[in-house]
Amino acid sequence: MKLVVNGRERDVDAPGDMPLLWVLRDLLGYTGTKFGCGMALCGACTVHLDGKAVRACVTPVSAVGDRAVTTIEGLSPDGSHPVQRAWAEIDVVQCGYCQPGQIMTAVALLATNPKPTDADIDAALSGNICRCGAYQRIRAAVHRAAELKGGA
Amino acid sequence: MPALSRRDFLRSSAVAGTGLVIAFVVPRRAEALLAGPPGKKKPLPPPNAFLRIGTDESVTVLLAHSEMGQGIWTTLPLLLAEELDCDWSKIRVEHAPAAPVYAHTAMGMQMTGGSTTTWSEYERYRTVGALARQLLVRAAAEEWRTDAAKLRVENGFVIGGKRRASFGQLAERARALPTPEQVTLKPPEKWKLIGKPMRRLDTPEKITGRALFGMDVQFPGLRTAMVSRSPVFGGTLRSFDATQAREVPGVEQVVQVPSGVAVVATNAWAAKLGRAALRTDWDLGAGATLDTDRMRAEALALSRTAGPVALTKGDTDAALGKAARRLEADYEVPYLAHAPMEPLNCAVKVEGDRCDVWTGTQFQTMDQKTAAEVLGLKPEQVNIHTTFLGGGFGRRATTASDFVREGCEVAKAAKVPVKVVWTRDDDIRGGYYRPAFHHRIEAGLDAHGRPLAWRHTVVGQSLLAGTPFEGAMIKNGIDEASVEGIVDSPYLAAIPARKVTLHSPRPPIPVLWWRSVGNSHTAFAMECMIDELAHAAGQDPLSYRLAMLKGSPRHARVLQTAAEKARWGRPPGAGRALGLAMHASFESVFAQVAEVSVEPEGLIRVHRVVCALDCGQPVNPLGIEAQVQSGIAFGLGAALHSAITFRDGRVQESNFHDYQVLRIDEMPRVEVHVVKSSAKMGGIGEPGLPPIAPAVGNALFALTGKRLRSLPFRLA
Repeated sequence: MKLVVNGRERDVDAPGDMPLLWVLRDLLGYTGTKFGCGMALCGACTVHLDGKAVRACVTPVSAVGDRAVTTIEGLSPDGSHPVQRAWAEIDVVQCGYCQPGQIMTAVALLATNPKPTDADIDAALSGNICRCGAYQRIRAAVHRAAELKGGA
Repeated sequence: MPALSRRDFLRSSAVAGTGLVIAFVVPRRAEALLAGPPGKKKPLPPPNAFLRIGTDESVTVLLAHSEMGQGIWTTLPLLLAEELDCDWSKIRVEHAPAAPVYAHTAMGMQMTGGSTTTWSEYERYRTVGALARQLLVRAAAEEWRTDAAKLRVENGFVIGGKRRASFGQLAERARALPTPEQVTLKPPEKWKLIGKPMRRLDTPEKITGRALFGMDVQFPGLRTAMVSRSPVFGGTLRSFDATQAREVPGVEQVVQVPSGVAVVATNAWAAKLGRAALRTDWDLGAGATLDTDRMRAEALALSRTAGPVALTKGDTDAALGKAARRLEADYEVPYLAHAPMEPLNCAVKVEGDRCDVWTGTQFQTMDQKTAAEVLGLKPEQVNIHTTFLGGGFGRRATTASDFVREGCEVAKAAKVPVKVVWTRDDDIRGGYYRPAFHHRIEAGLDAHGRPLAWRHTVVGQSLLAGTPFEGAMIKNGIDEASVEGIVDSPYLAAIPARKVTLHSPRPPIPVLWWRSVGNSHTAFAMECMIDELAHAAGQDPLSYRLAMLKGSPRHARVLQTAAEKARWGRPPGAGRALGLAMHASFESVFAQVAEVSVEPEGLIRVHRVVCALDCGQPVNPLGIEAQVQSGIAFGLGAALHSAITFRDGRVQESNFHDYQVLRIDEMPRVEVHVVKSSAKMGGIGEPGLPPIAPAVGNALFALTGKRLRSLPFRLA
């Protein structure tokens, strides 16, 4: 089957029930998308399908269809997306394993809600676990990204 | 053990570097000075161990410790750069390979843990920076035929009058120079980096998906395996049927290993399906009867008897008998999993008499030794490639090297390069837990409410019993890690008669240090009980504690700071209450004030945590703030939600739906206040955790009048 990942069309030879997560990681080499729970409980595998955040670990590759897949690698070539810039400025990351998922969820939130409140951020990101507990800076960085997006 | 060759270093550096890389020699004299008192000389270090300056202007710092989120990827280069005065933007960082030269300066083996990295490397990394700087200055002096004393160093350049030369230009000449006889470190008033907030150096790769975790290791020919393990701890495999497993597309091999049956496949999904199709028959053994309710009842019964004595002073029984008022309480905490975001994994490639291991580990020396033992190699034939760790919290530091041992066993049996991957279920059910503990405390007060006597019995599994550390670490039946935070408590020091005893039952459950180790439960018991005494005495919890801390000014100051910043004494608003706790661990003192409320359905909300701390000299305040937030989030998640329980030997929890941890909507606003201090430098990664559970428990008591003595907190 064909998949469009980060703007590139890719041929994939995979069983239809194989989760998109493993197709991206093991067949296509996009290892920025992380495996954390396999049950859509932690958000580490969050990617975009046509700009909407989905959990790749429970999305069968056959369900993707012609929707465009965006992974953390496709967000910007150099970490210059406003959300990534905000993450750097606020010094969010710790171990960093959950951060691609956090960032992809934040990007999807800001696309529909350009000025989220703390409560909006908590609601949108409560599906993304960070065991390092970088939550306070994640909140601050989403606000900062909203400013960067608005002002840029 | 022969040192790593220079060629090995260059090979490992080729990944990150470009252009010719010139090595500095870390002189043996300075290294010996730092290695400890005379007569205890460590092996001489190989060249090039901690720093490389390239003719391409790169400055590469090699880390003797593992980056697992705590920020040493930034802190150790910061220490080195403070003395080197290089261009901070040119710094590259790499994990060092496993080699004796990288042994922990206090622990004697290469490892990361115990909140020790920054203080243990404070001298060594600064010294390396100072040595390199001196060599570069002398190289410039030689080239310019001038006196080295007339030259200065700024931002990666040596400058003398109108002449300037970059480190890269000087690297080759500097390399040829004899090593300095001695170095002098900068006095604190000249520091430009230490004590200043510095952003992390690992951000670029961690926000773009480029950061390499063990889970991300891929190379041609590498297979992925999952292992079917015993459903209860200590079970042994009777037989298995792999017929259906082998039919799963992508499954290549099914092999038996000591820990179970490994399904080796071309990708993780195939391995997972293959493993699900396996049929296994286990002899469960004694572990099959493990039951949380029964273990709790047994611990309660044991806590009514005295165990081996960990501490005794005065006649506690007599003092309790004479007390005007006597309080008794039982505190309980459950087994806990670390549940780092990155499930465990280990990639192994064996080629002739060489083995490469890629994994996120806190315990390189043990892993190297273990891999060598499994594969019949010498330790120096095993290359440990430390990747980024997707969280550690102690789980990636097992005395048994469990996940590395298993990775090597699978590679040996399958005879192909293989990465063993754990699922979240494997992780939650895989053991190496923080043990459950029961604390029985009896305290006696005099007529003024002052504590006279404290009798404390602790019941819980020893972390070190049955490990190679048992002989050295368990003395007279006491595993210090079970009673730390009690026997050294400044509160106990203020009580005339005190006795602490310990029971260490040995159920067949693998246990391990979990962030803050024994302090994760002793702080809860101690600080809630002190709060109980204050209330029983009819006194303000802050003044009651301060009266007990008269002989411990450092602790008192931190507690007072937290209370002041949190405006202790002023009501926080309708439906809310404050609670406080102070606990010292890892040579640092932490106090926290938590502001809580309870929603109608009994849901506990922690709105704000004010934390004051004394860690001695702070190195990176931005990193300290992050670690304090982190410790609080980790401890609060456990206090509100987490427990591992057993029924019929089976762990009942399996993933983040039933082993719950803190999520963003429960994260309190954390304020951090670092108290100025001349104390010896302490740790930061762990000591922020212990006070949070008692601070919240004490706030809940203030709010509801209910004293919750068991974790996780349940109001209903």
